[in-house]
Amino acid sequence: MSTVKVITGNHAASFGARDSRAEVIAAYPITPQTQIVELLSEFCADGTLKAKFIKVESEHSAMAACIGASAAGVRAYTATSAHGLALMHEMLHWAANGRHPVVMANVNRAMGPPWSIWTDQNDSLAQRDTGWLQFYCESNQEVYDTTMIAFKACEQVLLPGMLVLDAFILSHTYEPVEMPDQELIDEFLPPFDPPYKMDLDDARAFGALTTPEWYMELRYLIQEAHEKALVTVREVEKEFGETFGRYYGTLELYRCDDAEEVILIAGSTASTAKDAVDIMRKGGRKIGLARIKLFRPFPNEEIRDIASRVNKMIVIDRNVSFGNQGIFFNEIKASLYSAKNRPPVYGFVAGLGGRDMKIDDITGIVEQADTCDIEEILWWGVKL
Amino acid sequence: MSEKKKMRATIPEEEYMFPGTVDCQGCGAAYAMRLALKALGPKTMVVIPACCWSIIAGPFPTSALKMPIYHTAFETAAAVASGVKAGLSIREKEATVLAWAGDGGTFDIGVQSLSAAAERNEDFIYVCYDNEAYMNTGIQRSSATPWGAWTTTTPRKHPKDRPKKNMMEIMAAHRIPYAASATVGHPEDFVRKLKKAREIRGTRFFHVLATCPTGWRSPPELMLEVPRLAVETCVFPLYEIDNGVYSISKKPKEKLPVTEYLKVQGRFRHLTDQQIQYIQEHVDETWELLLKKEKLGRLF
Repeated sequence: MSTVKVITGNHAASFGARDSRAEVIAAYPITPQTQIVELLSEFCADGTLKAKFIKVESEHSAMAACIGASAAGVRAYTATSAHGLALMHEMLHWAANGRHPVVMANVNRAMGPPWSIWTDQNDSLAQRDTGWLQFYCESNQEVYDTTMIAFKACEQVLLPGMLVLDAFILSHTYEPVEMPDQELIDEFLPPFDPPYKMDLDDARAFGALTTPEWYMELRYLIQEAHEKALVTVREVEKEFGETFGRYYGTLELYRCDDAEEVILIAGSTASTAKDAVDIMRKGGRKIGLARIKLFRPFPNEEIRDIASRVNKMIVIDRNVSFGNQGIFFNEIKASLYSAKNRPPVYGFVAGLGGRDMKIDDITGIVEQADTCDIEEILWWGVKL
Repeated sequence: MSEKKKMRATIPEEEYMFPGTVDCQGCGAAYAMRLALKALGPKTMVVIPACCWSIIAGPFPTSALKMPIYHTAFETAAAVASGVKAGLSIREKEATVLAWAGDGGTFDIGVQSLSAAAERNEDFIYVCYDNEAYMNTGIQRSSATPWGAWTTTTPRKHPKDRPKKNMMEIMAAHRIPYAASATVGHPEDFVRKLKKAREIRGTRFFHVLATCPTGWRSPPELMLEVPRLAVETCVFPLYEIDNGVYSISKKPKEKLPVTEYLKVQGRFRHLTDQQIQYIQEHVDETWELLLKKEKLGRLF
């Protein structure tokens, strides 16, 4: 029997890790992630989850301990946010380059200074090139579901995965979350059994100095694994949907069938934007929405496909690459360069540091895109 | 030969380290590992952060050791070892986890994760092979470099002007079950302590003085002799802290003057008589303090 609990996004992450049967958890507290690890420590303490919880002194050590556990052949999990993720940076490379399928929840929070605890995407997007799979979630249910989807996909391609949820908007907001029967989950997500691990009977050296003669091949294999991951994630999502009745997709399309223009967005703001789409549709605009669920590997083909069917694309970035533009905006344009049909693409930077993103903001952005130049770098709602 | 006169080897004959490693001539770090693995035996897994041993262990696809090695980032030996041990315990696999780091990875960049692991009393043996500077990157000073020593970042005109960090005391302050100092010049002592440590659960720390002829500017053939002089002069005392009880492993019958240790190493060549006197006084004070601690019985 599945159960439904009304829980926060953070607790959805904890339950996701519990039901994925994480075996080693190593974590350090940071607002707004703390409830994830608080609940997990309860699960470990009362035996609900048979896992070792290593209460480390930093996020850097959290990732290092997860890597050690993964190398020893067990399923490892952690959770962090913003500065914690930034501190992990070195070990994010280590996890991916060492081919350790660690799964982590990152609560999207703005980077300081000045101190901010509210949401934006610069923390996770700054880790774009570390080799991690990145999943951007829209709801608490999706946070829960994506935890097991991520473990399953990551363990198949031997790459780590980060699921991302917005600070407060998801992390501290209660929503009903359906949790399936554990037996069904166990069937969907069997125990982790990596091909190589620290083993006395099969002694190997992991990560030994590698000369230019072989280093590049090892990196090529990671690229290949990412390409495979795009297929794997879709297969795993499909299997998840068939088993549990919920489908997400790598690029979720909302009211795009007859759309002439499309908003591209990631994270929980997509929910607000979907409402804005409904309102604009009532007003006669043939508009749709494409939600970027999977950012790494990037669903290039799906982006090109939707681009070929619309006259205009509007990208809303809750992030910025200083000195250039919004990061999703850049990625999408790069994706379209080789496409035959390239509609104009407008990029808006909005909602940084938790600035509220309401329906009016979305409709306002869409209206402004009617009149502006695609060369412009558009910051929405800046009071300067 | 009568039974009485038969010699018994205190150091196991088994080898777990392959010959042909790419260390410098007279490398104490390489010998320290060879001894450690003899003492700990085949059920050992090794975690190595950035240090000379990242090289000595051999480049891909080779390995110098017969046991699994996890090479990791500079500051993470203790954290990765914690994770490995946690993973093995979940899998119900018995193995001694050996974190093997240099002084830079222990005294400096790795001290945070080591301190945290010791506070949690993680079940592993942590060996710091101390060659008293960043030798792998080319002899830069670390907080393990002794007062007065030349390194490439403490030139002779301005040698190191702060004393060596007392890592044994720092580790003891965590109230871990076992900490010991050792040198590559005293193999039996090192092996005995490792065998003892292997049977203890929790965090066990070793501070091993490992000769570095390249960085110390000492003749490679004196690899064993230099650390012996360190012990005979009381520059580097051999002792254990076993559940809060200090015991000195080797008290020199006649304490040699520090010059005996300093003069065989080019890194101290520039020192004036006055500076050597300062070192002597510091060594004497530290030694006296250690003797007092030994008399105090259980300290924690």
